[in-house]
Amino acid sequence: MKLRTLTLGLLSASALAFAAHAESITIATVNNGDMVRMQKLTDDFTKANPDIQLNWVTLEENVLRERVTTDIATKGGQYDVLTIGTYEVPIWAKQSWLLPLEKLGDDYDVKDIIPAIAGGLSVDGKLYAAPFYGESSFVMYRKDLMEKAGLKMPDAPTWDFIKEAADKMTDRANGVNGICLRGKAGWGENMAFLTAMSNSFGARWFDENWKPQFDQPEWKNTLQFYVDLMKADGPEGASSNGFNENLALFQQGKCGMWIDATVAASFVSDPKASQVADKVGYALAPDKGLGKRGNWLWAWSLAIPAGTKKADAAEKFVSWATSKHYLELVAAKEGWANVPPGTRTSLYNNPEYQKAAPFAKMTLDSINAADPTHPTVKPVPYVGVQFVAIPEFQGLGTTVGQLFSAALAGQSSVDDALKQAQDAATAAMTEGGYLK
Amino acid sequence: MARAVTTQHKTIATVAAWIVALLIFFPILYTIITSFKSEQEAIQGFALIPSGTTESYSEVQAQSGYFKFFLNSVILSVGSTVLALIIAVPAAWSMAFSPTKRTKDILMWMLSTKMMPAVAVLFPIYLIFRDTGLLDSRIGLTVMLMLINLPIVVWMLYTYFREIPVEILEAARMDGASLWNEIIYVLTPMAVPGIASTMLLNIILAWNEAFWTIRLTTTEAAPLTAFISSFSSPQGLFWAKLSAASTLAIAPILIMGWFSQKQLVRGLTFGAVK
Repeated sequence: MKLRTLTLGLLSASALAFAAHAESITIATVNNGDMVRMQKLTDDFTKANPDIQLNWVTLEENVLRERVTTDIATKGGQYDVLTIGTYEVPIWAKQSWLLPLEKLGDDYDVKDIIPAIAGGLSVDGKLYAAPFYGESSFVMYRKDLMEKAGLKMPDAPTWDFIKEAADKMTDRANGVNGICLRGKAGWGENMAFLTAMSNSFGARWFDENWKPQFDQPEWKNTLQFYVDLMKADGPEGASSNGFNENLALFQQGKCGMWIDATVAASFVSDPKASQVADKVGYALAPDKGLGKRGNWLWAWSLAIPAGTKKADAAEKFVSWATSKHYLELVAAKEGWANVPPGTRTSLYNNPEYQKAAPFAKMTLDSINAADPTHPTVKPVPYVGVQFVAIPEFQGLGTTVGQLFSAALAGQSSVDDALKQAQDAATAAMTEGGYLK
Repeated sequence: MARAVTTQHKTIATVAAWIVALLIFFPILYTIITSFKSEQEAIQGFALIPSGTTESYSEVQAQSGYFKFFLNSVILSVGSTVLALIIAVPAAWSMAFSPTKRTKDILMWMLSTKMMPAVAVLFPIYLIFRDTGLLDSRIGLTVMLMLINLPIVVWMLYTYFREIPVEILEAARMDGASLWNEIIYVLTPMAVPGIASTMLLNIILAWNEAFWTIRLTTTEAAPLTAFISSFSSPQGLFWAKLSAASTLAIAPILIMGWFSQKQLVRGLTFGAVK
C-alpha cells in the first residue's frame, strides 16, 4: 500500500516537473482569415511537440507593427515568433534583429518557396522569414457588366483598356461605378497601389543617387491618370476607401472593376459573403507597354527575433506553419480553397487546388510578374515593389499618401500634390543622410 | 403666462438634451446592434433591425476566450484605483487643509504631466519595465495606470476637500481628536460622496485606457482593450465580430456606469457652480 502511494506520488511529481519544463512560445500575429484558421489547427503541432506550448497575441496590423518594433528595438524579448511583412524583413535583417532560418528541417524543401517571394525575404542569400501567405495584386472584374458593355477583358490588359472599360461600365443611376481603387492615405493603403501603378508608368521614387523623382513627367502621368479615372468612374468619397471599404462595395455589386490584393479573390468569390460571387473574372494588373505591370508583391511571414531565448522551439513552429504538411492539413480539414495561397510552387501544380481556386493561376502569374529587386523600368537603388525598403519610408510614404489622397478628393491639384511630395521627399532624404 | 413659458422652455430643454444624449450614445448603440448581425448583414449598409443572430458572440468567445481578459480588466482598474486613492487622499488632504505658498504650483505641475503625449515616454517606460521584469505583469500595469490617473484623482479629491469647512476639523481637534481620528471619523464620512465618485471615474478611465494596456502586455496581463484590438482586421470584413468583441468589452463598465450615474454626475459637477 505504502509502495503504491509512493509510486503514485513520484509519478505525479515527475509529471509536474515535466509540465514545468514545457516551453511556451509567444507568437505575435494579425487578425485575418488564414491566421485565425492556423490558431484553430495548432493541435496538430502540439501533439507532435508536447513540450511546446503556444501563446497567441493578435493585434491590429499597425498596432502590431509598432508593438513589435518597440520590443525588438529594446530587445524586450516578449515574442518568440513574429508575423511581419515583406517591408520589414530586409530592414530588420540588416539591423541583426532577426535570426536567419537555417534549421527548418530536412523535409521542409526551401526551394519550393516561390522565388519572387523568397527573394523579398532573403538578405545575402539567407532566408530571414518564412512566408505564411503571399499575395500580389490583380484586376477583379464583373463578367456580366463587361459583357453588357460589349467588351472582353484580355488576360493582360493595358491601362487604356481599363479606362475605356471603366467609362463604359459606369452606370451611376444604378449605383455601379466602373472602377474602385484605394484612396485612403497611408504607405500601406493608397501608396501601395499608386507606387505599384507608377512602376508600370515608368516612374520611380528615387533615382540611383536617392534623388526624389516626383518632379518627373512619369509621376505626373501616373497621378493625373489615376485622379481623372477616379473622378469619371470611381465611387463617391473614394479618398477614404481602403481595402475593406472597396471589398464591401465590390461584394454589394457597386464596382465594375477593382484592382487590389489577390487575397481578395477568396472573399469576392465566396457566395456566403458576396452578392456577385459567380460573376467575378480575374486579369493581370494593367501595364503601359513599358515592360512593368502595376502589381505589387507582399507576404505575411513568420520570423524569429534575435532577442528570443527559445529559438529552437520557435523555429520548429515556423517550420510547421509554413510547411507543405500544413497546406495538406488545411485542405483536409477545411478544403483546398482555404489553403493559405502564394507561398509554394507545389501548391499551384496541385490539380485539386487548381479546381478549388479558379483564381489560382492568375495569382501565381501575378506574383511571378513582380520583381522586388528590379521593380521599376529605370534603375533604382532600393528593394521593394510597392514600397521602398528603407526605415524612412513608413513616415514619408504616409505623408505623400496624404498629399495624393487630397488631390483625389479635389482639395489640391495634381501639380501641387506632386510639388509638395517632392519637397517632403527631398527633406526626408536629406535628413536621413541619403542626399548630401 | 410666465408659468407657460417656463414649461415650454423645460420641454425644449428636455427634448434637446435627449437629442444630444442620443447622438452621443448612437455609435455605441449601433455597435450593439451590429453585434447581433451576420457578417454579410453588417456590410449591407445602414440598418437598425438586426437578424438577432448570436454567432459573432460564440465565434469571438471561441477565438480568444473573454474571461481571462475580463478578469485582467477588473484587477487592473480596481487595483490601480485603490492604489491611487491610498496615495491621493493624504496628498489632497494636506493640500486642502494646510496649503503652502507652492500648493497651487504643485497642483499645476501634477496636471501638466497629463499634457504630454503618452507615446513620448514609451521607450523609457518600456526599458524600465524590461529591466525590472514588469513587462506583461499585472503589478507593473496596475502601477502604471495608477500613475497616469493620479493627477486627476488628486485634483478631484482636492476640490471635494476644499468644500468641507475647516471649522469642523478644528472643532474635532478642540475635542482632542488625533490626526488619525480626524481623518477617519470626521473627514472621511463627509468626503465619502466625493471619494466614491472619484473612484468610479477612475475605474472607468483605467478600464478604457488603451495605450499602455496594449503596449505593455502580451498574454498574461492583457485586458479587454487588447481583446478588442485583436478583432480589428485590415484585410477582411469582420465588423460583426469586432462589434461583438466591443460590446462584450464595454458592457461591464456601461452597466456599472448606469447604476452609479447619480454619483458620477454629482462627482463631475461638484464645485462647478460656486
